[in-house]
Amino acid sequence: HAVHELIIQKNVTRSERLLIKGGRIVNDDQSFYADIYMEDGVIKQIGDNLIVPGGVKTIEADGKMVIPGGIDIHTHLQMPFRGTSTVDDFSQGTKAALAGGTTMIVDHVIPEPGSSLVEAFERWREWADEKVCCDYSLHVDITHLNDSVKQEVLSLIKEKGVNSFQVYMAFKDLYQMSNSELYEIFTFLGEHGGIAQVHAENGEIIAEEQARMLEMGITGPEGHVLSRPEELEAEAVFRAVTIASQTNCPLYVTRVMSKSAADIILQARKKGNVVFGEPITASLGTDGTHYWSKNWAKAASFVTSPPLSPDPTTPDYLNTLLASGDLSVVGSAHCTFSVAQKAIGKDDFTQIPEGVNGAEERMSVIWDKAVVTGKMDENMFVAVTSTNAAKILNLYPRKGRIAVGSDSDLVIWDTDATRTITAKTHHSAAEYNVFEGMELRGAPMLVICQGKIVLEDGNLHATAGTGRFIPCSPFPDFTYKRIKARKQLAILKAVPRGMYDGPVSEFSPMSRGGTPSASTRTSPTKAPLRNLHQSGFTLSGPEEAPIRPAGRRIVVPPGGRSNIISLS
Amino acid sequence: MSGTGYQGKKNIPHLTSERLLIKGGRVVNDDQSQYADVYVEDGIIKQVGENLIVPGGVKVIEANGCLVIPGGIDVNTCLHKPYLGTPPVDDFYQGTKAALAGGTTMIIDHVTPQPGESLLEAFEKWQEVADKKSCCDYSLHVDIPHWHEGVKEELEQLVQEKGINSFQVYMAYKGLFQMPDSQLYEAFSFLKELGAVVLVHAENGDLIAQEQSKILGMGITGPEGHPLSRPEELEAEAVFRAITLGNRVNCPVYITKVMSKSAADTVATARKKGSVVFGEPITASLATDGSHYWSKNWAKAAAYVTSPPLSPDPTTPDHLHSLLSCGDLQVVGSGHCAYSTSQKAIGKDNFTLIPEGTNGVEERMGFVWDKAVAMGKMDENQFVAVTSTNAAKIFNLYPRKGRIAVGSDADIVIWDPDKIKTITAKAQQSALEYNIFEGMECHGGPVYVVSQGRIVFEEGKLQVQQGTGRFISRKPFPDVAYLRIKYRNKMMSKQGVSRGMYDGPVYDVPATPKYITPAPSAKTSPTTHQPPPIRNLHQSNFSLSGAQIDDNIPRRSGHRIVAPPGGRSNITSLGC
Repeated sequence: HAVHELIIQKNVTRSERLLIKGGRIVNDDQSFYADIYMEDGVIKQIGDNLIVPGGVKTIEADGKMVIPGGIDIHTHLQMPFRGTSTVDDFSQGTKAALAGGTTMIVDHVIPEPGSSLVEAFERWREWADEKVCCDYSLHVDITHLNDSVKQEVLSLIKEKGVNSFQVYMAFKDLYQMSNSELYEIFTFLGEHGGIAQVHAENGEIIAEEQARMLEMGITGPEGHVLSRPEELEAEAVFRAVTIASQTNCPLYVTRVMSKSAADIILQARKKGNVVFGEPITASLGTDGTHYWSKNWAKAASFVTSPPLSPDPTTPDYLNTLLASGDLSVVGSAHCTFSVAQKAIGKDDFTQIPEGVNGAEERMSVIWDKAVVTGKMDENMFVAVTSTNAAKILNLYPRKGRIAVGSDSDLVIWDTDATRTITAKTHHSAAEYNVFEGMELRGAPMLVICQGKIVLEDGNLHATAGTGRFIPCSPFPDFTYKRIKARKQLAILKAVPRGMYDGPVSEFSPMSRGGTPSASTRTSPTKAPLRNLHQSGFTLSGPEEAPIRPAGRRIVVPPGGRSNIISLS
Repeated sequence: MSGTGYQGKKNIPHLTSERLLIKGGRVVNDDQSQYADVYVEDGIIKQVGENLIVPGGVKVIEANGCLVIPGGIDVNTCLHKPYLGTPPVDDFYQGTKAALAGGTTMIIDHVTPQPGESLLEAFEKWQEVADKKSCCDYSLHVDIPHWHEGVKEELEQLVQEKGINSFQVYMAYKGLFQMPDSQLYEAFSFLKELGAVVLVHAENGDLIAQEQSKILGMGITGPEGHPLSRPEELEAEAVFRAITLGNRVNCPVYITKVMSKSAADTVATARKKGSVVFGEPITASLATDGSHYWSKNWAKAAAYVTSPPLSPDPTTPDHLHSLLSCGDLQVVGSGHCAYSTSQKAIGKDNFTLIPEGTNGVEERMGFVWDKAVAMGKMDENQFVAVTSTNAAKIFNLYPRKGRIAVGSDADIVIWDPDKIKTITAKAQQSALEYNIFEGMECHGGPVYVVSQGRIVFEEGKLQVQQGTGRFISRKPFPDVAYLRIKYRNKMMSKQGVSRGMYDGPVYDVPATPKYITPAPSAKTSPTTHQPPPIRNLHQSNFSLSGAQIDDNIPRRSGHRIVAPPGGRSNITSLGC
């Protein structure tokens, strides 16, 4: 299937031979002046005074930055929701992405809980292949867990080109996983080279808080943020980091929305945990004060989970951590619902469909908030908008780098351009924009996707269905090198001891392991662990120990204190 | 109950006749030190000062410049907690004897009902046993093994009638005591209304269960499996979660047994952010470490088994002392729960069955002095704070306990900073045949201990009598925990935004609601196959809200509404 696509693709792009002259190539590690020659959608030569065939289209970059096309590692295009779907489908959404300098997206497959992961994946492939205007990959969300799910995950990793899977710590009774389930999934992914992505919020407490808010009569969008305070995000991030560290699995936190959640990631990284944090366009560009807007539609348009923090210093703080490398990747989490769709929750904030726009604004927001302000250099800009994502998903150096042999997805970035964001001119189909009225410095001047010019002079020439599915292979070096080394170190050994030969107290085996009364808090099946050991005891216990009434103390064991029990 | 207990004690002749004058000592409270004499009558401090006028024939103790400090309060003991039907070897008699010998004149013991057992009955059982055996004043925490509606009534009764203001919940012991987050939320909410202090055993039980089976599967069955299956980050994680819950509910949280650096750091960070949280390291975590779990001697390794486990990181005690000194940790308990080696040996083939608990009630104050005060980390006033005063404040015993002042109970210790003692099981008061601090040298110790106005420890000798200890009832809403909470309650009332009605188009939701779980799966609770009631409310709301202006326009699913019919109305445009 993929090969077939490639041929179609080549027919379209065969004629495109491009030379970019006089640009400054900016990769994540260095910047240098050189020309780039590309053919058949691949970069063929880089250097000065290149020898190229005649009749090649030449683009004069005039000393402007030439950067690897952006990779938006988090989108929800054409996402089904209660019989409808997000207003930006794969065509509309990728057009918006291209208009913002992003030449690849990674979308989330969200199977209905209980349904097949592979089937959902295939469905998403079909939707995307028909409409997508740029290359794409897919994450698959694990919305429930059983043995067949594990088999499906394995076949997605081995046969389908998926290496990242998202699990949910929120959305109680829908997608939420318990700690034990998270432990199982993380263990499984750690063994098979997958990346565990996690939606980190404490769903249990959110459910309680939501009920409390509704009871207090708070039904508007402000209830969304009031019932999901940022410490619930930080708590879940902390827990996810703990579980990932226990299971030795790389962790990727999607949508870092608050200072405290970012701080937890920062501290964990300082301690050596393999964890990556993804702030999104909205958390870097705006804040949660808008939930209190008197305009319901405006307030509702900001509803996403975890919510934007009402603390207005949050974007600045997240940009700082992004610049210092403590947060790794910027996604957009582009998930757009129309106002009419948002209005499903007009009387109850818990019913408002969640999601904000951001695919088009993603790169400009970072340039404006981090690079222009002097927090971040241009190389780091490339790292957080493109290269790191490529490394995490094992697409590097095909994507995320300007080098010979890499795909010719690149952007000429105009550092001087200024544009004002407004729903009137954006490429998304949403009738609002959460960044409405913001003036952003830095914008793409020219976008090349698969060796074809798709944006030039402000005009978009994207064709639906030209994007290819790019498979991601397991065990990316960037995330797994350390994990592999640790696996070898983490082998635990028992202490060889002589048999304990002292007295053993009598005990009544029933009073500990079994739950005396039925209660909802225990798992439905009895813990096999304890049963196992109870039976162990009935075999080895009473023969050795003299019969003694239960409850009696043994101050001095019979036969005096033996050597093994004295504590020298 | 405390009243009748006290009446009973009046019959003991030497209690009432005891009049004491402590001369020439330096009275050390948590806020100041002063040279003063202390006069005691009827178990109460009657005068503090110089040149006191006292009746003739009073017994005089010469303090010789030693410290005169409030008797220690040990807030964490388990002297009656059974394990698989057998009680610990130190009961209320043996345990309080050990406490007094170490300078502790009051204990707060944990009532540990089994899941399903009545809290009230368990409490009464504990009180009966303690009244008969205890040699010093005591109070009780009640553990909540299982959250359900019926517990609420019992909790109310315990707080309002029985004088209990602290309850412990468990985040570990899966399938036994562990509560999920939503139950913890409910428990915190309820206990906060009662004005109680929530004690939390903070470890992530779900992950422990997974780790235990993994480690047993690897063939590790010895005591080293205990710390391996309970790494310190699981403690830190649970502490973080407990604090988050406390913040959400606006309820004070008290972390029992802070055993590791990362858990302590989590408490310290939360306090810096303003959370009302208290941390309690125990004797064992302050004086020794978890490297002993790898001892070749099974009995020795098993002696250290307690939960959360001692950290294998040998720098832990030092770090915890530092935090205790600067006030980031507040109270030192002992976690004293003494099981004999033969009881520990129940788990000789499986570390998960080793009964948990270490000794420490006798050594508690000595090690804080030795490792914090003698090292110059902590001053004598902070020493009094962490061994006695803070506990009295948090559990609402102050200033009756925890302070040397006129009117306070005459629980007094004459403390000699220069006393040197080598810890050994041979010389201890505990009935255990081992001591986890065996061979350690400890600077600082009591020369005299006065409990209820009576000399109970003098020149290394105990003179105690079982049953002389009284139950001390405690009122809810202790100031140190609840004053801030009360203000925050007023601050935290939330208000919705008053808006005009949204009058734009509304997407028509198809009949199949979103929130029904399509297939039964283990992760949902058994009762959630119907959508929760709030959601029904709003589904019905929608069908009631009547005809929409665009009802006549047929819409296929997935259809976008870029501009609502009739053009963009003001309310849906997003300009401010």
